[in-house]
Amino acid sequence: MKDEVTREDRVAGLKGLGCSRKRVEDARFTQGKGNYVDDIKLPGMLHGDFVRSPYAHARIKSINIDAAMALPGVTAVLTAKDLEPLGLHWMPTLAGDKQMVLADGKVLFQGQEVAFVVAADRYIAADAVELVEVEYEELEVIVNPFKSLQSDVVLREDLIAPDGSIPNGAHGPRKHPNHIFTWEAGELEATNQVIDNAEVVAEAEMYYHRTHPCPLETCGSVASMDKVNGKLTLWGTFQAPHVVRTVASLLSGIEEHNIRVVSPDIGGGFGNKVGVYPGYVCSIVASIVTGVPVKWVEDRMENLMSTAFARDYWMKGKISATKEGKITGLHCHVTADHGAFDACADPTKFPAGFMNICTGSYDIPVAYLGVDGVYTNKAPGGVSYRCSFRVTEAVYFIERMIEVLAIELNMDPAELRSINFIKKEQFPYTAALGWEYDSGDYQTAWDKALLAVDYKGLRAEQAERVAAFKRGETRKIMGIGLSFFTEIVGAGPVKNCDILGMGMFDSCEIRIHPTGSATARLGTISQGQGHATTFAQILASEIGLPADSITIEEGDTDTAPYGLGTYGSRSTPVAGAAAAMAGRKIRAKAQMIAAYLLEVHDDDVEFDVDRFAVKGAPERFKTMKEIAYASYHQAIPGLEPGLEAVSYYDPPNMTYPFGAYVCVMDIDVDTGVPEIRRFYALDDCGTRINPMVIEGQIHGGLTEALAVALGQEIAYDDIGNVKTGTLMDFFLPTAWEVPNYETDFTVTPSPHHPIGAKGVGESPHVGGVPCFSNAVQDAFRPFGNRHTNMPHDHWRIWQTAANLGMHD
Amino acid sequence: MSNKMHVKLNVNGTDHEFLAEPRELLIYALREKLNITGPHVGCETSHCGACTVTLNGKSVKSCTMFVAQANGAEITTIEGLGSPDALHVLQENFKEHHGLQCGFCTPGMITRAAKLLEENPNPTEEEVRFGIAGNICRCTGYQNIVKSILSAASELNSAKEAAQ
Ligand code: FES
Ligand code: FES
Repeated sequence: MKDEVTREDRVAGLKGLGCSRKRVEDARFTQGKGNYVDDIKLPGMLHGDFVRSPYAHARIKSINIDAAMALPGVTAVLTAKDLEPLGLHWMPTLAGDKQMVLADGKVLFQGQEVAFVVAADRYIAADAVELVEVEYEELEVIVNPFKSLQSDVVLREDLIAPDGSIPNGAHGPRKHPNHIFTWEAGELEATNQVIDNAEVVAEAEMYYHRTHPCPLETCGSVASMDKVNGKLTLWGTFQAPHVVRTVASLLSGIEEHNIRVVSPDIGGGFGNKVGVYPGYVCSIVASIVTGVPVKWVEDRMENLMSTAFARDYWMKGKISATKEGKITGLHCHVTADHGAFDACADPTKFPAGFMNICTGSYDIPVAYLGVDGVYTNKAPGGVSYRCSFRVTEAVYFIERMIEVLAIELNMDPAELRSINFIKKEQFPYTAALGWEYDSGDYQTAWDKALLAVDYKGLRAEQAERVAAFKRGETRKIMGIGLSFFTEIVGAGPVKNCDILGMGMFDSCEIRIHPTGSATARLGTISQGQGHATTFAQILASEIGLPADSITIEEGDTDTAPYGLGTYGSRSTPVAGAAAAMAGRKIRAKAQMIAAYLLEVHDDDVEFDVDRFAVKGAPERFKTMKEIAYASYHQAIPGLEPGLEAVSYYDPPNMTYPFGAYVCVMDIDVDTGVPEIRRFYALDDCGTRINPMVIEGQIHGGLTEALAVALGQEIAYDDIGNVKTGTLMDFFLPTAWEVPNYETDFTVTPSPHHPIGAKGVGESPHVGGVPCFSNAVQDAFRPFGNRHTNMPHDHWRIWQTAANLGMHD
Repeated sequence: MSNKMHVKLNVNGTDHEFLAEPRELLIYALREKLNITGPHVGCETSHCGACTVTLNGKSVKSCTMFVAQANGAEITTIEGLGSPDALHVLQENFKEHHGLQCGFCTPGMITRAAKLLEENPNPTEEEVRFGIAGNICRCTGYQNIVKSILSAASELNSAKEAAQ
């Protein structure tokens, strides 16, 4: 038989790895046919809404629901008293603490859930919320973690023993009633010794402000308890639907097989939708109580005030080096403000996430990290906002320390980075704080980036601008922001990564259908990343069927295999690997079928794009489509019928994507307005699955980085009022403020990932924040700036200029 | 309830009549009474544009208008812009240029862009960026949205030229 299409045609026809396949999700989204949680409408469905605390710290003296219950259309008003008999007035957090579902005797942050109203529609529910009378007795409010550790005011009486002593927390001893944990990595004494005796030491204190992921869709759920069949169905904005099912089962006592959790289309997550929130629990309880489906969808203000936050790290660093700029040691201490309950979403053994990646991309011989977690009267839920667990904080820390050290050494910061990079031949590289970096080629990426932007030329231009400013010829200064980041993603190996005891593997199940198409289900869930497009590409290349013939399903726990969900850039590193491994199982069986059909030994056929061919006789082959058909229609000795496979993948290591970013910025010192003239982003995420999707992820991540660096903040006043509770005050950049980005890449595959991919969705955020911040700070460096805190909004930039005497 | 008002709307070419409380917002009437769920709710404070519809020829944020104020209006939502067999040129171009990710902003964004191209058939990049500044996208960073809109504009313009 003569082959009429070329091998290249066959490869192209698969739309597999490496091609910019158009997204299959887009048909429904562009036509307004997405199915998000608030689009779900069930017969008889009621609406839930919260009575929330106006106070940040207060005792609840009484709650009167009579007037609310008397309003026509109100079905129920739940308070902690109603939940207590069910054991649901408190719930466990992902961080080993517990959190009130509804206020139990006191409130600990503004916006805390006090009562849950259930009514016929959202308007009646809102009316009823107004009618619930709560009497509060105000208590002293603490919004600063340092004050919290000095204060006599006990925030969490539930964590004090009857004799007044302080029992251990989930992460060991606590040294004050408002202290949560101390977590340490590295060698304290050795680090101190190196720093004390170093030729050069640079120090900095920085506050990485509190912010919020703020996806465009807020959080919500619809619970439907089918009492006839004893089955609970829960739709919601869940980045980890299986974990939600397990938690729901543990809390409600309903066996896990009788709970179906569905994540429908999700309107962006960025970490906001990892946690388990009181609204989910209350919608479940309300459905059990009322016997009809109950919907809860928070509004934007509730979202910004109560469901999670990100960052809020007070970081103090010391870095030492030789006079020539070789770094010798790094010391970092963090005071971490976790709010009223420790509901941070980190793997159990890492209460400060992967903050211990804070040695960055540099070969630092000795280091120490200490983190103290602290309670305050702020919202709970430290989530990884478009980053792996606390990696944004870590990378910001080291990239600022490098800049400060460069100032101390009077050295160019690009050169200082080059001197200290981990070298290509050092990989796999074990860092001073314990992580084993899988692969990297930092210098090559750095040189490519500096060349692309004509770094030397930029510095010359900047020097000229400084001179012109000093001569009074311009009021605009120029900053060159640099960052080189290494991410740590793909959590993670079951041996050290778990959430609520569940190992952080992930999964893929593939069913090949008789006519040669396939359905694959994974334990992850897309929130805009385009999994239905890209996972099909991985599979197309592995199993030789066109991506267009492969449907990807996620997010329904009744059908998808158990997985830990999508956050921390773990989908491609973990579930993507599971997909490849399951695909290889399919291929292994297909090989036996092909050999049987071709009447040769198993070892005498080989896989080629979309078929198995006899070795040395490529004209004798069976396509995967033919093999699929045979697997269902023909008795093959020694083989079960059908063609299916499942893989649960426990990654041997994390993956370590990296990148080099440069931002060129002009700043008007009189208005404080920064203008981004140029942004160049080089990313190395290992093997590239879909360049179009990668580029889209980078644009998006950089824009969220711009937001955080240049203005986005959750701010509190002294008595715990949220000052940034609407989009009027909480900065989300529009098309008008955002520049065009230049993207570039190198490819250093991960040696341990089946297809060498490392994950990319969060890199631009992790690398972008320090890059934007460094650009602002670099502009002021020639005028005496060492470090100023983010967010660099116009007012703060203006203030920096004023403090440096630039308005005189 | 006795205080309900009689409201008539024409949405995407179909007439609707129903009773609504005066305080009911247009977005909820569309989504919950008429099951038109393309327009989304992102903020309810006029900031995000997820709820954008075209009302009597103007882009309107339907979260900030009472349905009673819209009485008698002609409204176009994303559902009225194209059909599965004949996508609107903007829908085609958003797909082609990766102008969306989670899709939550997309109905409002495309509805706004369609109006923008009617108002200004030949916009510069700056004009596009300014023209969609009332619509927030958290996922894409806008670069590909802008590209999609500019590409749709040039397709529309070359189609017009060809017709002349
Ligand atoms: S929901 Fe109308 S502008 Fe945001
Ligand atoms: S695509 Fe997600 S908000 Fe625009």
